[in-house]
Amino acid sequence: MAYARNQLKLVVVGHVDHGKSTLIGRLFYDTGSLPAGKYEQLVAIAQRRGVPFEFANLMDALQAERDQNITIDTSQIWFRTQKREYVIIDAPGHKEFVKNMVTGAARADAALIIIDASEGVQEQTRRHGYLLRLIGVRQVVIVVNKMDLVDYSQNVFDTVSSEYREFLKSIGVEAQIFIPVSARVGDNIASRGENLNWFNGPAVLEALDSIPDAAEIKNQPLRFPIQDVYRFDHRRILAGRIEAGTLRTGDQLLFLPSGRTSVVRSIESWNSPQVESRTAGDPVGVTLSDQLFVERGAVAVHADDAPSLATEFTARIFWLGRTPLAAGKRYKLKLVTQEVECEIKTLEEVIDASTVQTIPGADSVRTNDAAKVIIHTRRPVAIDLFERVPTLGRLVLVDGFDVAGGGIVVDVPERFAAANVVAEAGVNADVSQVARGERHLRHGHRGAVVWLTGVPGSGKTTLAKSLERHLFERHIQVFVLDGENIRPGLSADLGVSGSDREENMRRVSEVARLFAESGSVCIVSFTSPTRAERERARRVMDIEDGPGIPFLETYLSTANDSSSQYEPPEHPEVTLGEQVGLDERVSRVLELLMRQIR
Amino acid sequence: MQHDHLDALESESIFIMREAFAKFDNMAMLWSIGKDSTALLWLARKAFFGHVPFPLVHIDTSYKIPSMIEYRDRLVREWNLQLVVGMNKAVLEAGNTYPNGRATRVECCGMLKKDGLQQVIEHYGYTGIIVGVRRDEDPTRAKERYFSPRNANMEWNASDQPPEFWNQFKTDFAPGTHIRIHPLLHWTELNVWEYIEREKIPVIPLYFDDGTGHRYRSLGCAPCTGSIQSTAKTVAEIVSELKGTNVPERAGRAQDQESEDAFEKLRRDGYM
Repeated sequence: MAYARNQLKLVVVGHVDHGKSTLIGRLFYDTGSLPAGKYEQLVAIAQRRGVPFEFANLMDALQAERDQNITIDTSQIWFRTQKREYVIIDAPGHKEFVKNMVTGAARADAALIIIDASEGVQEQTRRHGYLLRLIGVRQVVIVVNKMDLVDYSQNVFDTVSSEYREFLKSIGVEAQIFIPVSARVGDNIASRGENLNWFNGPAVLEALDSIPDAAEIKNQPLRFPIQDVYRFDHRRILAGRIEAGTLRTGDQLLFLPSGRTSVVRSIESWNSPQVESRTAGDPVGVTLSDQLFVERGAVAVHADDAPSLATEFTARIFWLGRTPLAAGKRYKLKLVTQEVECEIKTLEEVIDASTVQTIPGADSVRTNDAAKVIIHTRRPVAIDLFERVPTLGRLVLVDGFDVAGGGIVVDVPERFAAANVVAEAGVNADVSQVARGERHLRHGHRGAVVWLTGVPGSGKTTLAKSLERHLFERHIQVFVLDGENIRPGLSADLGVSGSDREENMRRVSEVARLFAESGSVCIVSFTSPTRAERERARRVMDIEDGPGIPFLETYLSTANDSSSQYEPPEHPEVTLGEQVGLDERVSRVLELLMRQIR
Repeated sequence: MQHDHLDALESESIFIMREAFAKFDNMAMLWSIGKDSTALLWLARKAFFGHVPFPLVHIDTSYKIPSMIEYRDRLVREWNLQLVVGMNKAVLEAGNTYPNGRATRVECCGMLKKDGLQQVIEHYGYTGIIVGVRRDEDPTRAKERYFSPRNANMEWNASDQPPEFWNQFKTDFAPGTHIRIHPLLHWTELNVWEYIEREKIPVIPLYFDDGTGHRYRSLGCAPCTGSIQSTAKTVAEIVSELKGTNVPERAGRAQDQESEDAFEKLRRDGYM
């Protein structure tokens, strides 16, 4: 997010030993930006070790770096010109540190690509150029360094420049400025060098100052991904950051993927003046005019300019993982605050990122290489083409515990387009002609959810069956959901691992809600060991109009609860210990339930 | 609405804290009472609409300057904070600390702060710890990530860190390990003071000249923290003083100067 004025974040990339650190050290020295005594201190250290002073040492402050003589990570430092402040991100050139280069470059507004005039275009020169394109850095200045080693030859400069210009063109980047320099000597850095008087273009600092300020993103369509929902001081606040566009009080918001809609009642803040609108980059909290169920991962948009809602799309990705990316394997996909399990359906093209050539017949993507892939997600995600709304058009892939790759969305099938999304969203408004009150009158009671939780063997099934019989005898509409009737049908596609279990509980919660909305009492009998999944189920019962669906979390406790993975409820409506017999259990639940549904 | 660099930094820090709160069930924030972590505390109140929904951990070395503790306890009352105080009592009782025991300054820091923190993390089972370190403080902190993993021994593998881009952070981790979260990473010392000035955040008076012509620029334990010559008596005067200086901020912190790589070693072993 680069919306501060008068500051430009600059990444410096290139092949190892082509002079990145030297160039940065020189920029600092020439702009008077070094800490007092640092230059003298490093000159003294160099003397003590009997080696010549190098400007690169200014950057290489870590012991490990001095030992290996390579920059191992992205560090950030600051310098200032008359025009603006620069934050320099030094990115390592060594191949094994591409993930650090990506970490740095993804924050950058502009890039300096450095090429050693005596060595010419090398593997990392090409790889970095290609990665910059995938990451979306468009402002690029190419610096041809070490001109002192080639006698300041205009021929060498022209040869290197045209080779790299051709390369950039082949990957769809229109090269901008090429500058011959000697960072070590200081030619063409802060000012034109006499040794290079045949060159009529700008010095590096002039070229940097000519880069326009970061583009405004507030004129794009609204994209407001929800980070979290807070309940503070009797307010229910949807918190997040606006990733694109503008949000105002009174706006009608469409929430994806649920398709539900509501109106912004207020924009909340603490110790800031009350405002009526906020724009891209702003952290916000909003309250809605309806008690809509919204959770982390939802994306709020305006219905007339909505993103796609897709389970399949094409992306160009770069892979940083320790093990190769493979088709058919499952990964976690993260796109703003959305998280969903996915698999790579097709490897359309695998690219060796050092040559930027297609690897024919490749069936996996190696570390530091790239690919064009079709991704299939388990649930729909709200996405845009990267070209259209960059913040909603880029994703990362998580393999195990590690962020292992990233990519940009380049194509989404027409069937997932915005217009279809809005049409589907329409179903949520007044789907039923029968009001809830009418059902209440007809049945003589309201719907509700009785959620039985406890470790296996705690007596959930027995209690569920007994409750069902008692309620039925009293002419209450009732139905039981448990593993026996959910697993073989609705959740036949799910396993029992972490994310599959979560998805199963999500489905059970939604089905329970539908039963309750139809006027039935739905008894849910699942171990549901985590607090988070039960809290989520409770929130699902919040509905737009009226007081919500009664939710009775009924905890069947046993002596073994603390020794297992089970998380006991903190505030259940009913707690039933092992010593409580079945009849007593039934009457305790019925007593509370009947008061809430009559 | 026009944004300046402080708005951009504030927005980023708030985003990071909300991400951390959403992803870590058991999280705490370190509060050293200094200007950075107090600015961070203010940012937390902004992120969570006046609340701080997680505990603050203060590692008390027993050598803190007394007025720091008074100031801490006053804010805890006024801002309704949950405070957890950690202290490496075994080492303090054995008396093996700098300057009276056998420990060097660096060893003392390791025991009282690093080990003190490790004891708290183990006792409460925190999996996420928010820390107010900044990149510009020191070259080793310049290498940090926003979400930075620590292994079961709290060690930091500085040469092999996870990639971090597009606001997607490392929030998946193996049991027994924890993540340090650094929302102030891209702030500078000057930014912090500019923000304190803009938001009128109450800071401890040790940062101001009390009439002796000296003030503290960085706060730590009394035996190892030196004051600097300065007549800055207000936040505005500190801001203008910093705009004209290029003396490093931690120059008054004696433990860093014991050897060329003293601070780097401390940090790899789990120091904040």
